[in-house]
Amino acid sequence: MAVRNVAMREAIRRALHEEMLRDEAVFVMGEEVAYWQGTHRVTRGFLEEFGERRVRDTPISEMAIGGVAVGAAMAGLRPVAEFMTINFAFLALDAIVNHAAKVRYFFDGMFKVPLVYRAASGWGNQATASHSHAPEPIFAHFPGIYVGCPSNALDAYGMLKTAIRDDNPVLFSESIALYPKPSPLPDASDEAAQDDLLVPIGKGDIKRAGTDVTLVAYARGVDWSLQAARALARDGIEAEVVDLRWLRPLDMALVYKSFKKTNRCVIVEESLPMYSFGSEIAALLQENMFDYMDAPIKRVAAEDVPLPYSKEIELLALPNAQKVVDAVKEIV
Amino acid sequence: MPSPSKDMLLDWYRQMALIREFEETCHQLYLQKRITGVYLHLYSGHEASGVGSMAALRKSDHVITAYRDHGIALILGMDANAVMAEMMGKKTGGSGGKGGSMHLASAAHNFWGGYAIVGGHLPLAAGIALEARYRGKDDVTMTYVGDGATNNGYFHESLNMSAIWDLPVIWIIENNGYGMGTEVERASGQTELHRKAAAYGIKDFGRVDAQDALAVYEVASQAVAYARAHGPAVIEHITYRYRGHGVSDKQYDSRDDMSAELRQWMDEREPLKILRDRIQAQFGDVSETLSAHEESARQIVAQSVEFAEASDLPRGRDALLSNTYVGSPLVYKTSDSIGAGSD
Ligand SMILES: Cc1ncc(C[n+]2csc(CCOP(=O)(O)OP(=O)(O)O)c2C)c(N)n1
Ligand SMILES: [Mg+2]
Repeated sequence: MAVRNVAMREAIRRALHEEMLRDEAVFVMGEEVAYWQGTHRVTRGFLEEFGERRVRDTPISEMAIGGVAVGAAMAGLRPVAEFMTINFAFLALDAIVNHAAKVRYFFDGMFKVPLVYRAASGWGNQATASHSHAPEPIFAHFPGIYVGCPSNALDAYGMLKTAIRDDNPVLFSESIALYPKPSPLPDASDEAAQDDLLVPIGKGDIKRAGTDVTLVAYARGVDWSLQAARALARDGIEAEVVDLRWLRPLDMALVYKSFKKTNRCVIVEESLPMYSFGSEIAALLQENMFDYMDAPIKRVAAEDVPLPYSKEIELLALPNAQKVVDAVKEIV
Repeated sequence: MPSPSKDMLLDWYRQMALIREFEETCHQLYLQKRITGVYLHLYSGHEASGVGSMAALRKSDHVITAYRDHGIALILGMDANAVMAEMMGKKTGGSGGKGGSMHLASAAHNFWGGYAIVGGHLPLAAGIALEARYRGKDDVTMTYVGDGATNNGYFHESLNMSAIWDLPVIWIIENNGYGMGTEVERASGQTELHRKAAAYGIKDFGRVDAQDALAVYEVASQAVAYARAHGPAVIEHITYRYRGHGVSDKQYDSRDDMSAELRQWMDEREPLKILRDRIQAQFGDVSETLSAHEESARQIVAQSVEFAEASDLPRGRDALLSNTYVGSPLVYKTSDSIGAGSD
């Protein structure tokens, strides 16, 4: 099977396309997904191929996008509802948190909600405060919904396909900064080969092996961690990079296994530091790995501030590979 | 309503020429990467909508809008230097470089700002109007909202609340035909957007040709008088965006039907030309004054670019963190165990 470098955007498009071919209950809805060809071009060509029945432009009505997807899923369709950016999912937070995530529970298993919310996420490019969030942990706070955050094309492909096939609601967050990034993806033409690429819900992945420190990350944090690991290697420090891929469920077994080997950990995320991914992983490590801990757990996150427009101070607020290197050097 | 004087009309032309020059300059600066970022939504084509309607306000009235806010700021008299500096994220910008193109505001002008979440400013408008009602003042809040935003929950909840509390808001729906790439007809069940007022029992002032500043002014004056005395009003402005949704919108380059539509609006419904013709029909040849206004717009905008480019960027941690809170914040740092407030 040929393996080609593919942009993450294209891998997501391919996954969605294949799932729509595979199951006619799968349909797409969201702002500008049809005629405009998708704000991030993920649904490019879908309208022409699948028609208006399955590729639905919505008004700027996030509350309804969030809730209509729940109803349609309860009734037996498999909606893939897109929030143009994850910032706008805040307007749908109630539908996501109170209904997508809880309908099954409060009717004691009577219904299932097989939907996927796709949302473009992340900070940077002077998008300013209200358009600059990577708030995946907020959604992962709530039991009843899964949260997936791929860091490359191959994972995005396999994770989205799994998410669409799963009978539970999934929030699928796509880092805007990673959309154009090419990485290897096999040209799987038949279904069996495609299924081999599925990524199980809640399964993390070691992106780089190392012995001296564990870097735990997801999405864009994986990029910064890998860059940092290369820089650290030049100083003789071998970092292991754990890409959790899913914020819920969390593959802590993978983190523990790595930590038992390295006894040191830096957690890397794009989002804000308070009540965060980093807080959660650090808490779990100290509860369960106390005997293996040789140094304080470090966290690299964004500055605790809304993001400004002006370029220099915006960059100052953002995490980057150098900040990861610095954090590692404090504990190794 | 007094019919506008010659001086007033000439001043409207001055404002419209300034906006057009400012916006087209922003467009060029963005192409040259002298303005950066991903969002820049221009008011070119909309000039008469803002100028004609705000002419019906008095100084103590309030104004709020969405991200397409440069024109609104300039009409209110915000200094072009401060507006341009904000485009470039400079310390001297109206919002200190923190807000950028989408977040201009000026407390001194009762301009409560531009907001980037579609519909998000609408309840704020109702709240600003509530303060006037609460304190027995008869100031009104003029609120600009896009056609696309009228399909958002924020719109409906805000209009309804303004109705039950008799809040003095003039809800001006700027219908430019599209929300990004979606035509009104594909986004709204009710395509005569002003009729949405009926759902909440709000006084409906109907649809106005918003390329004609005088027509806009006439209806706005009635609506403002009504809002001062009674409560909310709705007006629908029919207008057009000359530069697409924003800088990322390539439809007008890539689609013949869109560029033909744009050309038609520019040829037949150009707001500056319509105003010029109106003035000249009533007052004879004023071309010299209008040319002088155009020339002064060029100078003001050129000067604003110079000013902005010569200004400093905000730099350093203090600039980053300032004004997160009133008072000095206890900033949280991941490297601290509790926060910067502890030793
Ligand atoms: C809640 C929310 N959803 C989506 C967006 C993305 N968005 C920005 S502007 C816009 C279109 C708004 O159209 P309209 O209200 O007609 O205003 P116009 O841009 O035409 O002035 C969209 C969808 C957003 N900023 N906020
Ligand atoms: Mg519009």
